[in-house]
Amino acid sequence: MSPIQSLIKDLADQYGRKRESLLPILQGVVEQEKYLSEYSMVEIAREIDIPAAEVYGTATFYSFLEVKKMGRFIIRVCKTITCSMKGKSQVLFAIQDMLKIKIGETTADGRFSLLETNCLGLCHKAPAMLINNEVYTDLTPEKIREIISDYMTK
Amino acid sequence: MATTYQLKRADFVFKNENDWEQVLSSIIRRSPQELINELISSELKGRGGAGFPTGLKWKITSELKADKKYVICNADEGEPGTFKDREILQRVPYKVLTAMAACGYVIGSNEGYIYLRGEYKFLEPELLKVIDEFEYFCKEINLDFKVKIFMGSGAYICGEETALFESMEGKRGEPRNKPPYPSTFGYMGKPTVINNVETLAHAFTIFKYGAKKFYDLGVQYSRGTKLFSVSGDTPKPGIYELELGMSLQDFVYEFGDGDTKAVQVGGASGFLVPRKKFADTAIGYQGKLTGISLPTGGSMMLFNSSRSMFNVLDNYLEFFREESCGQCTPCRVGCQQLLIGIKAVKRGERPATYLDKLLRLTETMQYTAKCGLGQSVANSFSSIVENFREEMIY
Ligand SMILES: Cc1cc2nc3c(=O)[nH]c(=O)nc-3n(C[C@H](O)[C@H](O)[C@H](O)COP(=O)(O)O)c2cc1C
Ligand code: SF4
Repeated sequence: MSPIQSLIKDLADQYGRKRESLLPILQGVVEQEKYLSEYSMVEIAREIDIPAAEVYGTATFYSFLEVKKMGRFIIRVCKTITCSMKGKSQVLFAIQDMLKIKIGETTADGRFSLLETNCLGLCHKAPAMLINNEVYTDLTPEKIREIISDYMTK
Repeated sequence: MATTYQLKRADFVFKNENDWEQVLSSIIRRSPQELINELISSELKGRGGAGFPTGLKWKITSELKADKKYVICNADEGEPGTFKDREILQRVPYKVLTAMAACGYVIGSNEGYIYLRGEYKFLEPELLKVIDEFEYFCKEINLDFKVKIFMGSGAYICGEETALFESMEGKRGEPRNKPPYPSTFGYMGKPTVINNVETLAHAFTIFKYGAKKFYDLGVQYSRGTKLFSVSGDTPKPGIYELELGMSLQDFVYEFGDGDTKAVQVGGASGFLVPRKKFADTAIGYQGKLTGISLPTGGSMMLFNSSRSMFNVLDNYLEFFREESCGQCTPCRVGCQQLLIGIKAVKRGERPATYLDKLLRLTETMQYTAKCGLGQSVANSFSSIVENFREEMIY
């Protein structure tokens, strides 16, 4: 059994092998792998016995379930109105400048991916971003440089 | 005509009360009917945006016979400019859980879910601890009620109640046709009460202090208090609990930066109110307030005169285009065309009169879209285009 197969089996044991278990299982794989490969989607379909197309159709509906290979740290910068008014662009420039990647890209070492996302519910502390599940608020280019440098050593 | 109400601060929701155990124990000593009456006479209306009377919602579901019923707390909070539900779950989660258990007791359900948006995953560990403690206490008082967290994965539309059920059932979050409504046909096709986080927190207040305390706040048709998420061009962004029925003028006086040009009430799917209408606009549910009365999920975004309303609308439309579930054509294609359309007018590739065509398109969406997302694009679109037409063109 491949590591992913056994991860999927464990998740199915935990959440059940029903259609209602699909999202938690997909989320569990993404938590570990950062994205859903074709292979893992087919395996999930087999494990809970539904068509692979259904798994793919469901996964691609959700913006946090990536189906493209992602870096270990996924940076999601909020681009909705308040963050965009309060300096989101400068934040993005600072990140792009440090990591030398554009929105939607992953660094060559597979460490970081940079994405934009919709309202994070942190408008009173704009601009805001997520790195994986961690929240960062009141961002400035200086703060970005500190945060990213910190992650570079992780 | 200005409304006579001043801003009235209140402090119920976030007041730290370490007595949820007593409150819950006293709740289950009362009859379900009594609790429903308490809620109905408080006139609490849903704080998630739609404003349906909460007592009535519980009553309908309580009267149905079914082998299984569900209580769901909607913590998908995705409306731009709204961030109060996160704060409630962080600071007073036990109030929400107590109200969920009360609901379970009233309608005859032993299973509750919190649908927590993926963006709030960081709340999960702490919330799980509180749930553990809560369930332990329920067992002690022989109340059969369990709560699980269901994580979302980044989709605004899953806040729409039927899309939320679809999502929990492991499917794409595409809204269903209504009717049937959740009260009769909800999660897994079973009778379900779904309430916003804040609605449940208010229910706690009502059960603890009695309906009158709540009813005496606010104004006719808009009783009680409401949390407002204040952001944008304001010196004091944050979350504030205020009595309903205030005039927007008073609100801007308190929260504006002295140069407020417009306020977006109710997030991207709400309305933009320009300065000249502040005095005539009140915040509350539809009813007999003077002037315009705007309901809101609590999102209040202030814009000062340095902001381009074109950029604001452009940002909203991009949001809707991305978050439309794509299920029905008026919304899927409509959102795309509105975005292309305003850009074309701005660049001079289309005449200014094209804006009127776009306004008619939003009207069509209002009538033909399947759910609230597509239907409400017209709100912000028309209120921005009609009040700031020059900014759309030049
Ligand atoms: C597009 C859309 C998004 C919604 N998002 C939310 C949300 O994030 N949170 C919420 O409580 N209600 C949301 N609602 C409203 C819900 O459908 C539902 O009315 C609400 O959860 C009922 O709870 P309440 O009566 O306590 O307000 C949304 C509705 C629509 C149409
Ligand atoms: S109105 Fe939009 S979001 Fe709602 S069902 Fe139709 S396409 Fe989906």
